[in-house]
Amino acid sequence: MPIELLIAAVLALYMAWAIGANDVANAMGTSVGSGALTIRHAIVVAALLEFLGAFLAGGHVTDTVRKGMIDMEGISQDELIYGMLAALASAATLLLGATRLGLPVSTTHSIVGAIVGFGAVGIGMDAVKWGKVGQIVVSWISSPLLAGVIAYGIFQFTRMMILDRSKPLEQVRKLGPFFFFFVFFVIGLVTLFKGLKNLKLDLNLPEALLGSVVLGLIGAGIGTFFIRRVHAGKSDPNHRFDQVERVFVVLQILTACAVAFAHGSNDVANSIGPLAAISSAVSGSELASKAPVAPWMLAIGGVGIVVGLATWGYRVMETVGKRITELTPSRGFAAELAAATTIVIASRFGIPVSTTHTLVGAVLGVGMARGIGAIDLRVVGSIIASWVATLPIAAGLSIFFFYFFKGLLTP
Amino acid sequence: MSWIDKLVGRSPIGPMQEHMRAAVECASQVTPLIDAMARGDDEAISRARGEIDRLEHTADDLKHEIRSHMPKRLMLAMERRDMLDILDCQDSIADTAQDIAELVDQRGMHLPSALAEPFRALTARVVAACEQGQRVIDELDELIETGFGDREVARIETMISELGRIETETDELSDAAARALFRLESELGVATVYWHQLILWIADLADYAERVGNRLRLLVAN
Repeated sequence: MPIELLIAAVLALYMAWAIGANDVANAMGTSVGSGALTIRHAIVVAALLEFLGAFLAGGHVTDTVRKGMIDMEGISQDELIYGMLAALASAATLLLGATRLGLPVSTTHSIVGAIVGFGAVGIGMDAVKWGKVGQIVVSWISSPLLAGVIAYGIFQFTRMMILDRSKPLEQVRKLGPFFFFFVFFVIGLVTLFKGLKNLKLDLNLPEALLGSVVLGLIGAGIGTFFIRRVHAGKSDPNHRFDQVERVFVVLQILTACAVAFAHGSNDVANSIGPLAAISSAVSGSELASKAPVAPWMLAIGGVGIVVGLATWGYRVMETVGKRITELTPSRGFAAELAAATTIVIASRFGIPVSTTHTLVGAVLGVGMARGIGAIDLRVVGSIIASWVATLPIAAGLSIFFFYFFKGLLTP
Repeated sequence: MSWIDKLVGRSPIGPMQEHMRAAVECASQVTPLIDAMARGDDEAISRARGEIDRLEHTADDLKHEIRSHMPKRLMLAMERRDMLDILDCQDSIADTAQDIAELVDQRGMHLPSALAEPFRALTARVVAACEQGQRVIDELDELIETGFGDREVARIETMISELGRIETETDELSDAAARALFRLESELGVATVYWHQLILWIADLADYAERVGNRLRLLVAN
């Protein structure tokens, strides 16, 4: 194996590890905290769904990261290798540094910033496909907005149809399976409609629709089974909604799974994309060609996430689970469902978006519907600041690493 | 995504409910105080005062905590101004109960037997009003849970109307107590003024409880 590919594989593994250790663990943490899932189960479920997301729906985003932002015609194979190594190295450094300092960074923003950085400075302004980059940056504003609007709608729907009814417990048991249908249907549609290139399966729209409806019905069946199994407990006149919230826990597990899938479909591409680019350059194949992501790369992504979850993630899950959060299962459900829907759709169009930012938009949407007692706007500010800051830092680091690898690896 | 947990800040509603609980407990302690006054038991009077003082301090601490936990950077589901107004009314309940206990303890006031019944009747109803106020405040988290749902708002409005009804009853009872007092005016002399002040303060407890309800009615109406 060439040294370049080895370095790339190690860096990609590290990024996948970091994703597993933090992001995934956080997504499942609330479900663990509510006692709905044991940590062991949560790790297995999360790892499986992240991997499925990356494998089934991650191809589009991987392609964008691999060759969507840089003009492949005007770049040599060596330059591409140095650049993508630099992108991985700078994103990994940023991730490590930010985690150390407890700052929120998005792997998506750092990898995009890094690719633009080495492209614009290391190769030339013309090498960057500014149109595509602009489209991605616009999506970082529109994806939280869209998630917010969807979350607002979902919360208003649950309010009208479940919470503000005379018998909310019966309503949630009745409507729960419909939500399961919706989630499975959306994920099914996004993955089935011209999405399964990895499996050599190319479905047209009617076929994809039919398949998604079947998937949705299977989902509804699973939902009915689990919702029936919930022991809502005795009603407590002082906490009249405790029983309903206990049923919402099941729905929240569903949406946490959907977030894990969406996350896999979008964020895992951040580590696999550059790796795939380097691999195809090393093997000397046509840069702009449609070489599929090799199974061993997906394995690196999957293994990294699982190891991250197993070595570090379970601790994060424990902390998140034990923390008293004011985000009750019904709110978590609305926010996560909205975020997952937005991310899965973005993945379908090959647009790398930030899971964290989309979720923040979704939580604000529920807040706008007066569903959350208090939202800390300073945290919103710091997240926006972090995304503004991530781009130049990632770009700067990437320029540095580009010349570093160029000097190191040029024969 | 741990940022999501930080994003959802600490809601002031739980502490508000706790504060109301402490304030209403202060008011409830007026019942044993009146009993001790009727028995002429000075030791029991100072015990009841001690208990009211303790509860009032608890309420005070909670109040400061709530105020310092409502920074402008929090986007609240309810108007900050309204919340602070409600908090002030709640606090007045605790403060007034403390005023009552202080005066009784300082002057060693023993209840004349002719006043025992009117005072007990008034206090019982006043405490009932405060407890109804507590029930209304206890609905705040359900109000958020339903996202200000119409059904929940209607439920709260019914409870506030009931609170208003109880408060009207306390007006009649305080009137009766005052009349009973003024029949003893020549006998009690200048002490009449203090007894009258006591009746006003006890009636005030129900007034503040009602104000809590009325503030909340404004809050849910918009």
